[in-house]
Amino acid sequence: MNMLDLVIALPAIGFLIALLIPRAMDNFIRLFALGFSLLTFVVSLTLVMGFQQGAAGQQFVTNVVWIQNPEIHYHVGIDGLSLWLIILSTFLTPIAILLSWNAIQDRAKEYFAFLLLLEFGLVGVFAAWDLFLFYVFWEVVLVPMYFLIGIWGHDRRIYAAVKFFLYTMAGSVLMLAAIIFLYTQAGTFDYASILDQFSTGKIVLTHLQETLLFLAFFLAFAIKVPLFPLHTWLPDAHVEAPTAGSLMLASVMLKMGTYGLVRFCLPMFPTAARENAPWIVILAIIGIVYGALVAMVQPNMKKLVAYSSVSHLGFVVLGIFTFTQAGLDGAVYQMLNHGISTGALFLLVGFLYERRHSLEISSYGGVATAAPWLSILFLITTLASIGLPTLNNFVGEFLVLQGAAQANFTWAVFASLGVILSACYMLWMYQRVFFGELSEEVKHHMPELSLREWACAVPLIFMMLWMGMYSQSFIPIVSEQNAKILHQGKMSSPVRAMAAVQGVNNAR
Amino acid sequence: MYKLWLIPALPFIGFLINGIIGRKLPKAVTNLVAVGSVVLAFLWVLFVGNQSNWGATPLHAHYFTWIKSGAVNVGWDYWVDKLTMIMLMVVTGIGSLIHIYATGYMEHEEGYYRFFAYLNLFMFFMLNLVLAGNYLILFVGWEGVGLCSYLLIGFYFVKKSATTAGNKAFIVNRIGDFGFSLAMFLMFTTFGSLNFAKVFAAAPGKPEGILTAIAFLMLLGATGKSAQIPLYVWLPDAMEGPTPVSALIHAATMVTAGVYMCSRSSVIFLHAPMAMEAVALVGLATAVFAATIGLTQYDIKKVFAYSTVSQLGYMFLGVGVGAFSAGVWHLMTHAFFKALLFLGAGSVIHACHGEQDMRHMGGLRKYAPKTMAVLACASLAIAGFPGTSGFFSKDAILTAAYGHAPWMFWVGVVTAGMTAFYVWRAFWMTFWGEYKGHGHPHESPWSMLGPLVVLAILSLFGGVLFNVPKILEGMFPPLHEVEGEGMLMGISIAAGLLGIALSYYMYVVNTELPAKITAALGGLYRLVYDKYRVDEAYDAAVVTPLIEGSKAVLWHGVDQGVIDGAVNGVGYQARGIGGILKLIQSGNIRSYATWIAVGAVALLLALGAGGGVK
Repeated sequence: MNMLDLVIALPAIGFLIALLIPRAMDNFIRLFALGFSLLTFVVSLTLVMGFQQGAAGQQFVTNVVWIQNPEIHYHVGIDGLSLWLIILSTFLTPIAILLSWNAIQDRAKEYFAFLLLLEFGLVGVFAAWDLFLFYVFWEVVLVPMYFLIGIWGHDRRIYAAVKFFLYTMAGSVLMLAAIIFLYTQAGTFDYASILDQFSTGKIVLTHLQETLLFLAFFLAFAIKVPLFPLHTWLPDAHVEAPTAGSLMLASVMLKMGTYGLVRFCLPMFPTAARENAPWIVILAIIGIVYGALVAMVQPNMKKLVAYSSVSHLGFVVLGIFTFTQAGLDGAVYQMLNHGISTGALFLLVGFLYERRHSLEISSYGGVATAAPWLSILFLITTLASIGLPTLNNFVGEFLVLQGAAQANFTWAVFASLGVILSACYMLWMYQRVFFGELSEEVKHHMPELSLREWACAVPLIFMMLWMGMYSQSFIPIVSEQNAKILHQGKMSSPVRAMAAVQGVNNAR
Repeated sequence: MYKLWLIPALPFIGFLINGIIGRKLPKAVTNLVAVGSVVLAFLWVLFVGNQSNWGATPLHAHYFTWIKSGAVNVGWDYWVDKLTMIMLMVVTGIGSLIHIYATGYMEHEEGYYRFFAYLNLFMFFMLNLVLAGNYLILFVGWEGVGLCSYLLIGFYFVKKSATTAGNKAFIVNRIGDFGFSLAMFLMFTTFGSLNFAKVFAAAPGKPEGILTAIAFLMLLGATGKSAQIPLYVWLPDAMEGPTPVSALIHAATMVTAGVYMCSRSSVIFLHAPMAMEAVALVGLATAVFAATIGLTQYDIKKVFAYSTVSQLGYMFLGVGVGAFSAGVWHLMTHAFFKALLFLGAGSVIHACHGEQDMRHMGGLRKYAPKTMAVLACASLAIAGFPGTSGFFSKDAILTAAYGHAPWMFWVGVVTAGMTAFYVWRAFWMTFWGEYKGHGHPHESPWSMLGPLVVLAILSLFGGVLFNVPKILEGMFPPLHEVEGEGMLMGISIAAGLLGIALSYYMYVVNTELPAKITAALGGLYRLVYDKYRVDEAYDAAVVTPLIEGSKAVLWHGVDQGVIDGAVNGVGYQARGIGGILKLIQSGNIRSYATWIAVGAVALLLALGAGGGVK
């Protein structure tokens, strides 16, 4: 039992205890959930402290047999790719709990229990090193989110929850089939062992097999990301979900998809990944521009942010499929950045909703007069979201676009359009919500931030600045892992860089 | 070594103090923090300059690694040479004066502390821009000043026109930044670095095609920030901001960033002759185009706004014909006289209780003689009156233009004539004749007039005091000697004087004439008065189709129609199949999900307990 096991176990224990607490002790449940999630966060920080940069392979490994036949292991561990995503999950869960403090009165017990269950699933997904275990955690995440949307959501919650469930299930089923097929070939679900067998030539896939397996995994992940045109579950899910649901969904759950792409699709099926990259990149770029354009005309704040996520996640997918160091590092960094800044956007939209009980942009206006600090925090978040340098998103976007430019300059040209459009939709929303005359209705419903709200928002704002100003705290270990992935896929960056230079030379 | 970081850090501290606790501070403290931090930065610049021989031997500083991934390695680097030194002096010097002025101008405004917090933040980013030692740090400043410009244009955020103008400025600039970013990406793939020293050392050996592409992309960036055709449209609207902002950001400093960047990148541009030609053409076209609009406007700030666009065009003309140091010279002298024109206009507006329409002014020479005196200095300088600062820099640009292509000189001279005309037209309309406004006009306080006097002195003698081409000697390749320089000088002086004389005739002697000319020109006049309806054309050609298309085609069409149509179709089919399972179908979403969860967990537990599938 190491610290990682503890980080995985704590939310599960918290979930179980929470279920045992009597329903009447509402406030105690809130405190309990907050305390437990904070504890988990603190324990997870020991992973950062103890993480050895430069050490080969995964760290904090536990590998025990869980099920004898078929042999399924509880095999967990972390590397530079998963560490920050786990921290992101444990960092955001207390915030999600704290922000729901007053908003959730109905069935509070189940609600907070589900948030802990969600955390358990998320940490597990990023830590799992056994394909079947990964799949189990992948599905575990689905359940609490389904309930969060379906029970505590808004008016069209049933439609949204079912849509969310069906979309994701469609992808998961294919992934399960692919995992089982891999098992029949490799005789194990162990990720490292399968990778090893690929590289030593113990498993040889036909071209068709590799392509189909790649596509099965890819589809499951692409739905989760979501990649255009598989994104239409996202706006509905976001609009209907309670604030904490939107926050966890956007900030962490979407990253399960992009994480899967980097973790599984690239190293296991490098040839198929490279062959399919051109159309994937095109979809990613369409997603960037399309998401931004549709975001621009949304009358609903949450939908606007949801479509902006489609656009931002397009950058991540683009970065991954450039097969360049900068692109891949930028993509992973962008996963974290998007988690922070879009999480903060949903949080702040949630604050507005709790005051005015509307998500329509048109029911606002003049908020800056009534609640200046709320407006300032929203402004900083907006600026982070549109990629202002010194704030977090810029670093990721810059690296992704630089990587894209190295791979194919045209990609960078089209993807950069998203940077122009992001300013349009975010600033137009900001103007309509915060500027202008303060109407009477808004005035009476717009108190300044409470202490609890400050406590939710400040950590996120702080991270935006830290990640924007000093990315060296985060990127090196990511870089190290990505270099390995690129190398594993025989796509090491020097080779690609040579090819890129050659491409430029030829273009002359 | 010289603590270069202190220069931007000082205003940044000012920003933090006023931004976080400014609301609770008395005005005197806010003033002290805001003005003091900038003045100290100015003094530190003087100290650094004095110690380092004014940038003759460039200073480098590397503070920390900002972004590193693979071959990408960007540090937070500063670099000070003679060009940086000039920019630092202009930014902190003019910045100090405008901060002092603003304490008077903004005295009765709400959100006083907020204004100064933004202004200090602007100084921080602007100083970063000019101190940058690589393109990405320059870009940090570039975007940051854009942010502050957005915030300050929309300072009166209750007013829709103000916030709309702020958005427009930001978004139009983003289009320029699109070009700048691509230039950086291409630069990195070409040079493997964004560091000035490395890029400039390697540039001469690179193929012209790539350098031309980089230069064109940078030019796109510059047309955004420095308000050139086709992206100039945001600057006139930016006059919604308080007048000190117009002076500092939208005349003296930020808008010159494009000129600075092109001069900084002279090595690249010099190896991309096609791009140089484009810079010159864009500059010249903007200069003459904006000047014609300036002839017809009645809003005093709009006149000066178009004048700024036009004068920036001059600077680009200088850069484009290879006279980089002349362009930078004009950048500096323009900072003197245009800041003065705006601040003077602010004083006039102040005197007239907020009136900006010159038709409702007039006769102010009786009420605000000091303001008139300083504005006269600025107007002489911009008209290129012999001996004033504007005369030297403009003459240097025009002479170089003649050496490049005589027709450019002639267009430039005509523009100079128009410039003199519209500025002096504004002068006569404001100060001569009878007062046609409301209330009782009054002179401004000394906190406002003091900085104006300093700027007036600089407008008159700045060209003699600071001979920029001499200072920058050796940084840029020398220009060819032009024959008959004296005659060219005479022609441009004559154009300026003619413009002044004509405006005097039309707006003092024969005041009926303008109306007659207007009537005679009819539609043409309307077209120019309506700014050639470029905004309307952009709206019709780009903005409206983009928004309507996104709404009708992409959102309702593709998203809700095609994709969701397909998804819901599949959903209906699935529901049919689900009908078979009616027995456990209770119609309650919770029980569905419970079944799934319970089933999954049960399956796993069974597997585990039974030792797995045999």
